[in-house]
Amino acid sequence: MSTTTVAVPLTNSLTAGKLPRHSGPVVLLVSWLVTAAVFLIVQLSGASTSFNVAGTLFFGTVLYCIAIYLLSFFVEGVRKAKDRLVTALVTAAFVIALLPLISLVATTVISGLPAFLTPTFFTSSQRNVVGPGGGALHAVIGTLLITGLATLISVPIGLLSAIYLTEYGRGRLARAITFFVDVMTGIPSIVAGLFAFALFSLLFNDPGIRFGFGGAIALSVLMIPVVVRSSEEMLKLVPNELREAAYALGVPKWLTILKVVLPTSLAGIVTGIMISISRVIGETAPLLIISGFTASMNYDLFNERMMTLPVFVYTQYANQGTDTQAYLDRAWAGALTLILIVMVLNALARLIAKLFSPKLGR
Amino acid sequence: MSKRIEVNDLNVYYSKFLAVEGVSLTIEPRTVTALIGPSGCGKSTFLRTLNRMHEVIPGAYVKGEVLIDGNNLYGPGVDPVLVRRQVGMVFQRPNPFPTMSIGDNVLAGVKLNNRRMAKSDADDLIEKSLRGANLWNEVKDRLDKPGSSLSGGQQQRLCIARAIAVQPDVILMDEPCSALDPISTLAIEDLIEEMKADYTIVIVTHNMQQASRVSDRTGFFNIAGTGKPGRLIEYSDTTTIFSNPSIQATEDYVSGRFG
Repeated sequence: MSTTTVAVPLTNSLTAGKLPRHSGPVVLLVSWLVTAAVFLIVQLSGASTSFNVAGTLFFGTVLYCIAIYLLSFFVEGVRKAKDRLVTALVTAAFVIALLPLISLVATTVISGLPAFLTPTFFTSSQRNVVGPGGGALHAVIGTLLITGLATLISVPIGLLSAIYLTEYGRGRLARAITFFVDVMTGIPSIVAGLFAFALFSLLFNDPGIRFGFGGAIALSVLMIPVVVRSSEEMLKLVPNELREAAYALGVPKWLTILKVVLPTSLAGIVTGIMISISRVIGETAPLLIISGFTASMNYDLFNERMMTLPVFVYTQYANQGTDTQAYLDRAWAGALTLILIVMVLNALARLIAKLFSPKLGR
Repeated sequence: MSKRIEVNDLNVYYSKFLAVEGVSLTIEPRTVTALIGPSGCGKSTFLRTLNRMHEVIPGAYVKGEVLIDGNNLYGPGVDPVLVRRQVGMVFQRPNPFPTMSIGDNVLAGVKLNNRRMAKSDADDLIEKSLRGANLWNEVKDRLDKPGSSLSGGQQQRLCIARAIAVQPDVILMDEPCSALDPISTLAIEDLIEEMKADYTIVIVTHNMQQASRVSDRTGFFNIAGTGKPGRLIEYSDTTTIFSNPSIQATEDYVSGRFG
């Protein structure tokens, strides 16, 4: 926005100095080039053996912060200079936060793709496989069954608790529930596994009990507080005016909750449930204890050990056979599958949220 | 269809706090009664006791009696849900249900109560209620659009249509025009005038011109000071209240010399 309005005779008292439009990116590029030159000199002088890319980017960005601040300070004044400096810092923080995530996804995709793309990966189990080959079907099935059952247990309990807390709960009982829900969110997952194991080994008098249902119970212990918390926040967001409008029409309280409050907050509740599923689907420790691990298919939640994807990843890595690479490849492919499942669930949640959210358009 | 309301020595409490004290008045059928008074003097609180909406707030309760055609609303065994089906309410801010279309909003009282209705009956009820609320011509082509797509004034008339669709005997209005522009206000005032033929209407308003325009009887509420309960100071014909009130405080308030 170069203000070259020479023809106007009057000066506008509201104008202020302004840097050229693309000065930000240009200054950043120049800073990186300058630091790159410095590191090149260091390398050529023999003080370092290789060109330092990370150092260039880091010190280049630092140089940019200083340069843009000074430049802006002298041209645009102190307020704009601060704005540009903070913008640079905030953007840098965002990029730094994003780096591990991108690196993680990239590593998983690169290391996991070879085994992921083998035709048997989604058609067979690990039964009788010692070298390369075999698949993770038993683990995918196990994860879906156990997490699905955990969701079936947790969502009704969690949602009804949230409804109790927002619509009915008063006084001591409600405060106690809120307190224990908060405590439960902090339970280490291994404790949930030990709880389920202790419960079922005592109930069935079997000190070595392993089955999928126990895993679902352990996951529910972790999942219920998340569902309660998120649903409660969503239900609280429903304006009281809507409840009153329904009451004033002579609608009983339970129908008001069922037909006004829940539909209005459905999108948020579904998102919360999906987040809670994502939270427990990657749990390893409790499933290792109560569901155990196996190389075979098992569709029965109430009998025998059941493999799950996180445990599959763990066992493939921990018990490598003679062909080490095949086991590592399968571990990465398992991790990739898990990430993909979570991504699909999140996409589904967004879709559902979009379909159910109150329509505001004209 | 319309009914007579009789209030005898009503005290309204929020937990231990006495909000409104000693209200006694009689509201005749097919009249518009306006309640005026400064903010916080208990007009809305009193209005909400007339259909037991008051007790939706935790800790709130009432002593005294409210009779609608001789039936005490606060008698033992009275179901507040049944009371609210007789006494409808329109709120200060328009509050159509955001998940429902315009048509469904009108039918909300039926649909939310799980009552079944033939399609033709439902269409008739929608048209009748929207005509009653003076909104039919504006929305007849977009009944399936969400209620929140209407303007504020239209939303408020939609809420009135929703309230009359359940065919109540009495309609309470809690500052129905305070969030609306003068033209929408006029539309609603005209509507009140028409509805008077069928319903008993009680309206709370901060706008004294509005009270004098629409109402037959006016009640003036006042409060002695913060923390003191609100009281009904004077209740009389609207013309009397605005031209020749018998109490000095009323005259000060309606002539703007209050406080």
